[in-house]
Amino acid sequence: MPFRFFQALQAAVVVAVSIITVLSAAQTPAPVTPYTVVTRSGRQPLAVHVVNGQEMFALDDLARLFSLAVREDTLAGGITVSTNGQTIVMTPQQPLASVGGRMISLPAAPVREGRLWLVPVDFVSRALAPISQQRVELRKPSRLLLVGDVRLPRVAARSEALGGMTRVTVDVAPATPHTLAQEGTRLLLRFDADALDVGDIRITPNDVLLGVHPGDTPSVLAFDLGPRFASFRVSDQPPPAPNAGRIVVELLSQTEAPGAPGAAPAPSPQTPTTEPPLLDLTPPGGFRIIVLDPGHGGDDAGAKGANGTLEKNVTLAIARKLKAALESRLGVRVLLTRDGDQNINIDQRAALANNNKADVFLSIHANASARPGASGAEVFSLSASDDTSRATAATPESLPVIGGGNRDIQVIPWETAQGRFLEPSSAFARTLEGALREHVPMSRRPVVQAPLRVLVGANMPAALVETGFLTNAAQEKQLAGDEFQNAIVQALADGIVRFRASAGGAVR
Amino acid sequence: MSRRALAFGGAIVLAIAIGWVLFVALPRWYRPTPAATATAPQAPRVEPPQAAAARKITATLYFVSDDGFSLVPAQREVAYAEDVAEQARAIIEAQLMPSPPLVSAIPGGTRLRQVFVTGHGDAFVDLSPEVSTNHPGGSLEETLTVYAIVDVLTVNLPAITHVQILVDGKEVDTLAGHVDLRHPLAKSLEWVVHDTH
Repeated sequence: MPFRFFQALQAAVVVAVSIITVLSAAQTPAPVTPYTVVTRSGRQPLAVHVVNGQEMFALDDLARLFSLAVREDTLAGGITVSTNGQTIVMTPQQPLASVGGRMISLPAAPVREGRLWLVPVDFVSRALAPISQQRVELRKPSRLLLVGDVRLPRVAARSEALGGMTRVTVDVAPATPHTLAQEGTRLLLRFDADALDVGDIRITPNDVLLGVHPGDTPSVLAFDLGPRFASFRVSDQPPPAPNAGRIVVELLSQTEAPGAPGAAPAPSPQTPTTEPPLLDLTPPGGFRIIVLDPGHGGDDAGAKGANGTLEKNVTLAIARKLKAALESRLGVRVLLTRDGDQNINIDQRAALANNNKADVFLSIHANASARPGASGAEVFSLSASDDTSRATAATPESLPVIGGGNRDIQVIPWETAQGRFLEPSSAFARTLEGALREHVPMSRRPVVQAPLRVLVGANMPAALVETGFLTNAAQEKQLAGDEFQNAIVQALADGIVRFRASAGGAVR
Repeated sequence: MSRRALAFGGAIVLAIAIGWVLFVALPRWYRPTPAATATAPQAPRVEPPQAAAARKITATLYFVSDDGFSLVPAQREVAYAEDVAEQARAIIEAQLMPSPPLVSAIPGGTRLRQVFVTGHGDAFVDLSPEVSTNHPGGSLEETLTVYAIVDVLTVNLPAITHVQILVDGKEVDTLAGHVDLRHPLAKSLEWVVHDTH
């Protein structure tokens, strides 16, 4: 029996060694299609290196392009990238970067190749874009890196045959002014842009339309017309998303015989197309995920009003409405820590936000007071304490790392995660207060800092809103009703939109 | 026969004697006399109680302000105690006493179970479950409850710098879901307004 165990152990060691060998062999960069950097002054290639299946840029190339100062601290093993007085700090073997003091995650850790430091391509969108003074946009599908004020809308097109007509739907993001004109056997869709980022074109050729492709000049999409093409009409249709435009071009074919019934043009050119968005319209960068936390739930009813209104029901109703409002206004994913009347552990609430890498965390509550006269909304963020300041001043610990040796790694327990977001969280609270003030009455002390348990573990800007006092008879009535709940929802949605806009480079 | 019986009886008597010496006599001999144990700790207490019974200190207690958004200080006479933990107990008990027309930030029915003070200035205030079960909830009211207790000790007793609230002898996350009670909290006068009653 022990002998067989040792045999198994030996086999495992052999497998492990061969995996490590293969992995280290895979580290050598392979040539791949470069990215194209598009600026107002022109285009240039940007080399891509592939390490362990990750596409990476050389930090030196980015430094030249964006005039960055790159400094390597050989003693601590960190890399500091600075531009316009802002810094990005990275540690080898950690897929994280501190960008102007805020931690962001990277798909892979920076890697050293000879004399070059390589960073994942997402470094550009996640770390560089937020601190850059000019627009920086990484378009992975089209392998483009846009820098500065270049207008390069994405376009995609699809055709469908409808009786005697061929309908071509063109989506453009962002919505861009355009004209359509016939030149010989072509229709030219000309955009008011520097160039086009032409994506998915799905055209079924027929005798009216042979194909659609980028035109001879960079901002034109050309339609090759077939022998039976007769005339066209063009209309702008309801956009598939707020940040996009939809153009529908209808190509009519020549009638076979005069008076033939099937030859009549399609009934209504104005029927909106049912096509789903042809482009991936999720905003690059910006807020992707927001976590809302309806306070209390299950056995924990929270505060109670004299007429029996329970805090747990009010908070859930407001959170559900706010989720719907944010999803339609921002196009972001909104997660609720509970979507029913169940007990939720206080640690699970921030953990949901952390596990989903939420951009903000908002806990929704209703207040109580020993004084029935107390009323008004207030917004809390975490107060600094001995523990949170310990997190901000976290001293690196020397830990053994894979590959041998020790390295200083900053270990920050989730327990004190919020300590690094006290300032942005306080700004978030102030922004929410400003928006609430426009819609609902505020308390005597509308922005507050306190050691609130639910905020402590959140690894992102976080706040708690007390929407009103259930111990106040008038406010209990309001909190239970749709009108006041909608006003709160409107205010909180405005506040989140404003905070997103103010959150530095988060909005692109 | 009789000699064997005699020897047997003698052995039993000897065994009982040894047993008595080992388990009864020796322990009794070495144990300090009951009189001595009783008097030793009592000795220093004999004189001060008469003096201390009359001695009082003026303590600042905290109640909910008229608008409900702050704590207001109020002065009260509290029995003097030599020991910090004893003094802390006296102050908390005064704080828990109903004091109309002032409104307490601490839920009615809350009793003090125990107070411990460490050498580092951390006080542990163990309250009965009513502090949690009778709590009306809300971030504001819970913050006022917690800081009424934290501030009443840290303001009146400079030897106490941090206070942790325990409920029914156990550490708790919060009283009603809001304020983090997992660590001792420092004094915060941010919640106090200064119009003395």
